[in-house]
Amino acid sequence: MGWCTIPWRPSLLAALMSVVLCPVSGAQESSFGVGRLATPEEIRDADTTVGPEGKELPPGSGTAVQGAAVFGQRGCPLCHGPTLIEGPGPALVGEELTGLSYYPVSYWPFAPLIFDFVRRAMPYDRAGILSANESYALTALLLYRNGIIEEEDVMDANSLPAVVMPHRSRYTEPPEDWQPGRPRPWTDERHGRE
Amino acid sequence: MGSKKSSRRRFIQKGAAFAGLAATPASLAIAPRAAGSQTRGSAVPDMNSMEYVLYGERSRFVNAERILEGHDHHEVNRPRPDPYRPSAGTPIHDLVGIITPSSLHFATQHHYGIPDINPSEHQLTIHGMVDRPLIFTVDDLKRFPATSGIYFLECLGNRPRPTDKTVNDTHGRIACSEWTGVPLSLLLQEAGIKNGASWIVAEGSDAGQHTKSVPMAKVMDDVLVAYGQNGEPVRPDQGFPMRLLVPGFEGIYNVKWLKTIKVVDQPYLTFQERSRFLGPDHRSSHFIYELGPKSVITFPSGEDRLPERGNYTITGLAWSGGGTIRRVEVSADGGRSWTDAKLRQPALKRAFTRFDLVWQWNGEEAILQSRCTDELDQVQPSANEFARFWGHTVTEIHQGMGSRFGHVNFIQPWKVTTNGMVHNSLET
Repeated sequence: MGWCTIPWRPSLLAALMSVVLCPVSGAQESSFGVGRLATPEEIRDADTTVGPEGKELPPGSGTAVQGAAVFGQRGCPLCHGPTLIEGPGPALVGEELTGLSYYPVSYWPFAPLIFDFVRRAMPYDRAGILSANESYALTALLLYRNGIIEEEDVMDANSLPAVVMPHRSRYTEPPEDWQPGRPRPWTDERHGRE
Repeated sequence: MGSKKSSRRRFIQKGAAFAGLAATPASLAIAPRAAGSQTRGSAVPDMNSMEYVLYGERSRFVNAERILEGHDHHEVNRPRPDPYRPSAGTPIHDLVGIITPSSLHFATQHHYGIPDINPSEHQLTIHGMVDRPLIFTVDDLKRFPATSGIYFLECLGNRPRPTDKTVNDTHGRIACSEWTGVPLSLLLQEAGIKNGASWIVAEGSDAGQHTKSVPMAKVMDDVLVAYGQNGEPVRPDQGFPMRLLVPGFEGIYNVKWLKTIKVVDQPYLTFQERSRFLGPDHRSSHFIYELGPKSVITFPSGEDRLPERGNYTITGLAWSGGGTIRRVEVSADGGRSWTDAKLRQPALKRAFTRFDLVWQWNGEEAILQSRCTDELDQVQPSANEFARFWGHTVTEIHQGMGSRFGHVNFIQPWKVTTNGMVHNSLET
């Protein structure tokens, strides 16, 4: 739809013109003209969410060995324990589904998502302080401790997206044809009422 | 923001305390009441003051507050990260009508706090698969034609448990407000969506940068960039100065303190959403967005007491992410027989719908419960039906399997005992 502009000082002529120029089903593509173009620098600063394919991964790198050092320096053991499993926060190693909504690292379908989580949301009380290198290193530590990569493997913008997660096949693509107002999936599956 | 608000409260309380002590004892004194009569005329204490005139306050006899989650919340034994940031539910027992006062809207911060944002420094960036990446200030947004809609907003964690006492405990992570803002579709039209774009990724300004993916079909339908809530700016705990409002979707989609929207061609499975795609069961792998049909009786409900036999009006709330509530039935015998309740108007799409049914309590034990049907003919399930679908027992469902079951929308029974006390009657 296009924008219908009402003149600041309405007149009969202008009102007639707006009717002529702005049909209800108008195919106009004129802009409303509010908002300014973002600069490449502003877009780069805003583009922090790393998707499943890792296209937004920043420059930098890290290994599990470096990650173990970062883990201690940044206070991670306070929540996750000295060897990543003691808690009191979620255990970061293992396959066990421990209830509530924490899922084991190994269940995540795409490795770049781990980087995204670590960089934006950890440490819990100082989220956002981790550098790209620190985030790569911690990601490498998590992958190594869960038996997914080797201790000396370097994680960066190229290698991390190439890591194949062990439960990748459990990931189900979203339905392509979803539209608002469709019954929920189980509505048809339920067998009668009690 | 918390300190500002509380300091204002302190100021008012202090002022009142002073007034009570010295300044106007006569006007604050409550005249003795004759039995059976109301105070009136000059005997009524005068509340008129500069504070009340400039910014209204409720009666000192009205004291509904949000329900702090924690001490008797089911997650009490979970380790508390430091700093502990409290969450609180809506006291839905005390609501009348369908609008939740903004000050009582449940507040879950996803555990990264409430940013104190100066709106003149805040902006929304739209980029990604667009022809023109754009930046909007709050004032920019207000130049667009606005849309208002009354929509419920429910946390996916709004799950009743047998150990919950009141309806605030069982169903308090929900609210319904009038939201005002710009349809996101208009802003995307300004930016020009490129071919192949099928999702957006929306990001907030909180410390954890809460991020959610929303399918484009929903965005183009009714998603708002909302700056208004119940006639005033969105409250800080709801995302001031702007939030995403995704009507009928799980609460977590409604990104607060919205700062960035990236147009993309796939869901980004961010940390707030990843767990829903890899459940232990294939059914939890579905992308399920719209909340199911759900209703609950708010009176009489847990911890209420009926003082005597006679007529009462059962009332409650119903809602569905699938659309309008078409029907609410009420049972007083644990689900053996059902009677249609009256739907109070307005009954709006993806909003609270208030239902009422006059009921005569004869002094005998009764199990009160409601079930609703939405415009898609989806019917609210019983706890047994819900558990059967997931292949679990009701006990297992209650044992905290978390969000892997998606939206928990089963029927909530309340037992009225012969002495008039009302209790949560969910079976363990």
